[in-house]
Amino acid sequence: MSIVVENATKRFGEFLALNDVSLEVPDGSLTALLGPSGSGKSTLLRLIAGLEEPDAGRILISGRDATAVAVQDRGVGFVFQHYAAFKHMTVYENVAFGLRIRKQPKGHIDKRVHELLSLVHLDGLSGRFPSQLSGGQRQRMALARALAVEPKVLLLDEPFGALDAQVRKELRAWLRRLHDEVHVTTVFVTHDQEEAMEVAEQIVVMNDGQIEQAGAPRELYEHPANKFVMGFVGAVNRLGSLFVRPHDVEILHRPETGTEEAMIEHIVHLGFEVRVELVLGDGDGLWAQITRADAQALELEKGQIVYIRPNRARVFDEDGSGPTTEELQAA
Amino acid sequence: MAARHPLGKYGLRFAALGYLTLLLMVPVGMIFYRAFEHGAGTAWDSVTTPDALHALYLTVVMVAIAVPANTVFGVGCALLLVRTNFRGKALLNALIDIPFAVSPVVIGLSLILVYGSTGWFGSYLIDNGVQVIFAVPGMVLATIFVSLPFVVREVVPVLQEIGDEQEQAARTLGASGWQTFRRVTLPAIRWGVTYGVVLATARALGEFGAVAVVSGHISGQTETIPLWVWHQFQNFNSTGAYAGSLVLALLALITLFAMNVSKRKESSA
Amino acid sequence: MSALSGTRAEAPPRVVSWPRLGGATLGRGLVTAYISLMVLIPLAALTAKSAEGGMGAFWTAITNPEAIAALKLTLIASLIVVAINAVMGTTIAWVLVRDSFPGKGFVNSLIDLPFALPTIVAGITLLALYGPKSPVGIDVAYTRIAVVMALLFVTLPFVVRAVQPTLLELDREMEEAAASLGARPLTVFRRIVLPSLSPAIISGVALAFARSIGEFGSLGLLSGNIPYKTEVASVFIFGQVESGTTASAAAVSVLLLCVALVMLLLIGLVSRWSLRHGR
Repeated sequence: MSIVVENATKRFGEFLALNDVSLEVPDGSLTALLGPSGSGKSTLLRLIAGLEEPDAGRILISGRDATAVAVQDRGVGFVFQHYAAFKHMTVYENVAFGLRIRKQPKGHIDKRVHELLSLVHLDGLSGRFPSQLSGGQRQRMALARALAVEPKVLLLDEPFGALDAQVRKELRAWLRRLHDEVHVTTVFVTHDQEEAMEVAEQIVVMNDGQIEQAGAPRELYEHPANKFVMGFVGAVNRLGSLFVRPHDVEILHRPETGTEEAMIEHIVHLGFEVRVELVLGDGDGLWAQITRADAQALELEKGQIVYIRPNRARVFDEDGSGPTTEELQAA
Repeated sequence: MAARHPLGKYGLRFAALGYLTLLLMVPVGMIFYRAFEHGAGTAWDSVTTPDALHALYLTVVMVAIAVPANTVFGVGCALLLVRTNFRGKALLNALIDIPFAVSPVVIGLSLILVYGSTGWFGSYLIDNGVQVIFAVPGMVLATIFVSLPFVVREVVPVLQEIGDEQEQAARTLGASGWQTFRRVTLPAIRWGVTYGVVLATARALGEFGAVAVVSGHISGQTETIPLWVWHQFQNFNSTGAYAGSLVLALLALITLFAMNVSKRKESSA
Repeated sequence: MSALSGTRAEAPPRVVSWPRLGGATLGRGLVTAYISLMVLIPLAALTAKSAEGGMGAFWTAITNPEAIAALKLTLIASLIVVAINAVMGTTIAWVLVRDSFPGKGFVNSLIDLPFALPTIVAGITLLALYGPKSPVGIDVAYTRIAVVMALLFVTLPFVVRAVQPTLLELDREMEEAAASLGARPLTVFRRIVLPSLSPAIISGVALAFARSIGEFGSLGLLSGNIPYKTEVASVFIFGQVESGTTASAAAVSVLLLCVALVMLLLIGLVSRWSLRHGR
């Protein structure tokens, strides 16, 4: 089911959380709302769910105006950062909850719960209490619970934020696979750009209550609309008015057209890549990312003077936003 | 969620506030009304009779002895319960809670059975000229009994929460046990102690049943203000009774205020 | 935080070699002496007195018709009162935690009034309001309703203060999750909130019950203490003491005390049970 947000605005007291935000989420897609704390991404998600009401604007689900519809009736599944597990119920009862209050027949509930527990690899744990599960297991239970009532839309609020790095990576991949299987329109909130890039088909970058840019991961990375997006979605160096990605910085031993002199301050071998930290003549610093092969070929050393040149760069308007021009230089 | 169901929200609010108004606020308002029904002058006169003033004096004496005693005991006992280990700790815990479970008249009765003329210690004490029952000492003991748990129970959670690391640090810096207590522990628990003292004081001030049994409520001799008020009521001196009640109610409101302040300081500390 | 909320949850204490052994022993000795003198000995004397005539005398004392009537009234009235408290106390706690309106802080502090107000004053004012000469024309003095009213007054804070902290700490997201799964507000309350609140409600109810069965000061006036009709156990005991039949008074007292202690035991069990379920 598709979701359309039209000109949504939301205030909490004095604080303007969402400022005239509009968004389209296509049916069956996997979308990430990406942004720093306070950007409004969780608020937007909760508006879609019906856990908050907008002060202005509309929410349309499957083309119908759902703004005044209560969360109970929107057919959304919601997964919380801290699981919101029903502590006094077993895993089975948690997952069965939505079905039980819909008064579905016991046999059907039983079948469905076990189906879902298999899906999330929690079979055998149905009699445990949430307090007896690990964080990752609790979150998988929460997902099963949300999916049990066959929601039209699945919403996840920083679902992996409270988990260990390793578990986070596993669950990310797992979420993508789940979406491939189940094909429910899914929207998740994250502040981790790597997570968004890895999982989502569409990323919506938010800042200060507004949408900076929405598009496929590659689009955002290669054609960022403004310097905020560019800086948020990947690492960036600033050379005067040029914004350059570290892997677009070329290092040469001899000056050529368009190069600038720089001294190597530090070389870091990160295993798969090499990071070269440089200082320019005017004191500004930047860093370049090059492959191991290139680093070996160049025989770089600390303290060396080299000449750097950006292969690709972007320039943005004065206020950091608006139309940009690209500069491409022959490699 | 309740935002979408204003009927439910206002319904609950109305029920809660209505109940509280009927049960609490209106009765308290009545005290003010009835006390001044015949004018402020009459009210003042009725609470400044010699009997009334003696009752006031005795009430103050009760509080001045019982509360400090229970405070010292309370802090010491809390330290023992939280910072040390010994057999019988569960028993001590249970004993401290007993005053909450015992009816005031039962307290009075048990004191009579110990210190009365046929009591365990009573005969010995009376032979040596010490009168406990139907006299002030008995009233003090009753007051101590009823207000015993408050300071302990407020200090224990505070002590648990602050942990003993600060105290350990003080000792590594050379402080003796007493110095550690005075300079590190006591300041840390002061609002818990204050709150406990306020609760104990309120209890001691208002105690009726236990003191009534133990004192024999002899006018002008063994009456505290609550007993005096009761006496006035029995004698149909309604202005006196209400004026006395007003005094107690005002003290109660001051207590509430003090409770509020120290509770807030306790939780923000 | 308040002791009167009845929670006994505590982490096992860190045993520290503080103070050095001598100090601790002295402290322990003093504390033991104090509590023995003030609490233990009087209660021991009470128990001894109640057993003075052997089991026979004890039984006769508590089966005395007036005693039975008083005990019955006490227990039934207290049960009614705690049932009302369970409902109203939770409602008030809910409104104080989840709702906001001008003067809420004031109302919140007022809840403690029954703790601060002497019981005799409570009795007098309730009588003034709901007895003869009542300005609102309600006269329930000398009736059982009066007993229930006075008890409602003095037990008001227990359930409210027990439920409030638990309600404050409740994970709102659980309620939101339930709503997102389709549960209406009443269902959410019944299936999600109430189970989480029940240990606190039970604690509050047990404390209120223990207080209620022993209540004396507020009942003396309003209920008129008509034997067999409005006389509660504590007033009965008072009468026995005043007329010198202390053994019989002691017997009934011990019975009353046991009931109250069982209640307190219940709280301890409930809080330990709820801890085990990882709340």
